[in-house]
Amino acid sequence: MREIVIISGKGGTGKTSLAAAFAALAENSILCDADVDAADLHLLMQPQVRQRSDFMGGGKASIRPDTCTGCGVCLDLCRFGAITDRFQVDLIRCVGCGVCVDFCPVTAIDFPIQRCGEWYISATRFGPMVHARLGIAEENSGKLVSLVRKATRQLAEERQCDLILTDGPPGIGCPVIAAIGGATVLVIVVEPTVSGLHDMERVVELAAHFRIPGMVCVNKYDLNIEMTEAIEAMAEQHNIILLGRIPFDSVFTHAMVAGKTIFEYREQGMTQDRIRATWKKIISSPSMNPLGIVDFKTTIQ
Amino acid sequence: MIISVASGKGGTGKTTVATNLALALGADVELLDCDVEEPNAHLFLHPILQRTERVETPVPQVDMEKCTFCKKCAEICRFNALAVLKDTVLVFPELCHSCGGCMLVCPEGAITETGRELGTLNFGTSNGIRFINGRLRVGEAMSPPLIHRVRDAADPQLITIVDAPPGTSCPVIAAMHGADFILLVTEPTPFGLHDLRLAVEAVRVLGIPCGLVVNRADIGDEKVFAYAQSENIPILLTIPFERRIAEIYSRGKMVVEEIPEWREKFRRLFLDITGVLAET
Repeated sequence: MREIVIISGKGGTGKTSLAAAFAALAENSILCDADVDAADLHLLMQPQVRQRSDFMGGGKASIRPDTCTGCGVCLDLCRFGAITDRFQVDLIRCVGCGVCVDFCPVTAIDFPIQRCGEWYISATRFGPMVHARLGIAEENSGKLVSLVRKATRQLAEERQCDLILTDGPPGIGCPVIAAIGGATVLVIVVEPTVSGLHDMERVVELAAHFRIPGMVCVNKYDLNIEMTEAIEAMAEQHNIILLGRIPFDSVFTHAMVAGKTIFEYREQGMTQDRIRATWKKIISSPSMNPLGIVDFKTTIQ
Repeated sequence: MIISVASGKGGTGKTTVATNLALALGADVELLDCDVEEPNAHLFLHPILQRTERVETPVPQVDMEKCTFCKKCAEICRFNALAVLKDTVLVFPELCHSCGGCMLVCPEGAITETGRELGTLNFGTSNGIRFINGRLRVGEAMSPPLIHRVRDAADPQLITIVDAPPGTSCPVIAAMHGADFILLVTEPTPFGLHDLRLAVEAVRVLGIPCGLVVNRADIGDEKVFAYAQSENIPILLTIPFERRIAEIYSRGKMVVEEIPEWREKFRRLFLDITGVLAET
């Protein structure tokens, strides 16, 4: 099983549009949207939901007012300021540690498990897709990302799909860490801006920290050629494969408005050619091919 | 007054709006970069850094001389950060949420606390703007505690502009909680609209007044404008897509400095925010 995870550090560099474009090129693959916080891939894929499941997170404190004596133990012990002085729980501050529950002298605090979101197995024009929606203002996004990725792997085994294409979240924190663990390769989509370069450096460091090979693709490269060159220089310095340059092209926005991948919107074009070449480079890269053998026949001969 | 600049979708222009707004105001203002995973505001404001603090969160350490392997610490921990084996206790500091429960429950007093580094808190100034950012340590998963530390460093005497992270989950909530106003930045595309809806839901959960900046206002379609109208969210500023603005941003320059008419527009944005607040 091979899994390509598309990440970026900085948001809005084109992860999802490229993930959708790759989905149109990939064969026998499964799609996974691991950006559960602000998931967008479904807007291009129009998935037909086949199976819907609840995502249960941890518990959160709930004080029963008729049992509570107002002794103040919970107020003193809570390190998150989640207990109000009228002995109500501020659910936004509560992290679900349960310390108040265990130390309440009159056991007036319940700890109901929270339903934090939903996840789905769906069918799309490009094969199965696993995706999710985290509830608003919820925690546990990393947990949901792990769940979605695990479900994708199971499905891939059942359907004998060899390739998983995962659209990752922005940033370098909990959901990203959950999205990249065990991935075969990371495709890092960078835009040629000072922020793009800065954020790429941190994501590259994260990839190195977890020892996952990364490859870099510069999107909207013609917005600033000098910055594109700086990004490519940094990638080379870190021994990261350069996948190529994709131009700034309004076809992405037009395709998005139409709810299609760029190839469905318009099959031919310079941008489309660049994306095809990028995809070819990804799937034939050494990391995607065990022992670095891309073409077994030639190697054996 | 605290204004949080947030968006749902990443890359819509939060940092552009937050930094240019701060610079347009010029005085009695501070910028708090709460996108601690990928802080970028310093790349535009170029602050002179004065001080850096290492930020830690408490995690347990077990004195094996005192431990009787009663397992109470592992039982209370909802995050599986402790595992008690036959003759040792394993602590997984990266899973710890720093609630202190294990220390409280230990009958032998065998647990004390040490620190896990979350990242750094950096203080500086830029053109009279007080500047603070948090930088999450690479490999650290939990950003909300660091975001809280950045927020705690705010000076209540100043106008506080918070540059929030993207999304709608706990890090964003940490950056918006307690703000007087949320300035949402979006782009008029299906992705922009979808994530804006989520961001508006988050803002409604918190019950904070909000307004909208539509960036790259002439790409995509009209649906964001229709949505804003139906939800009664005032559009306080529209920024057209201009290659020149995109290039200014790409080089780390400020729009209000490179195109002076924008200074006035950002000042007007602030006045309009105070106007909306006066009505509510």
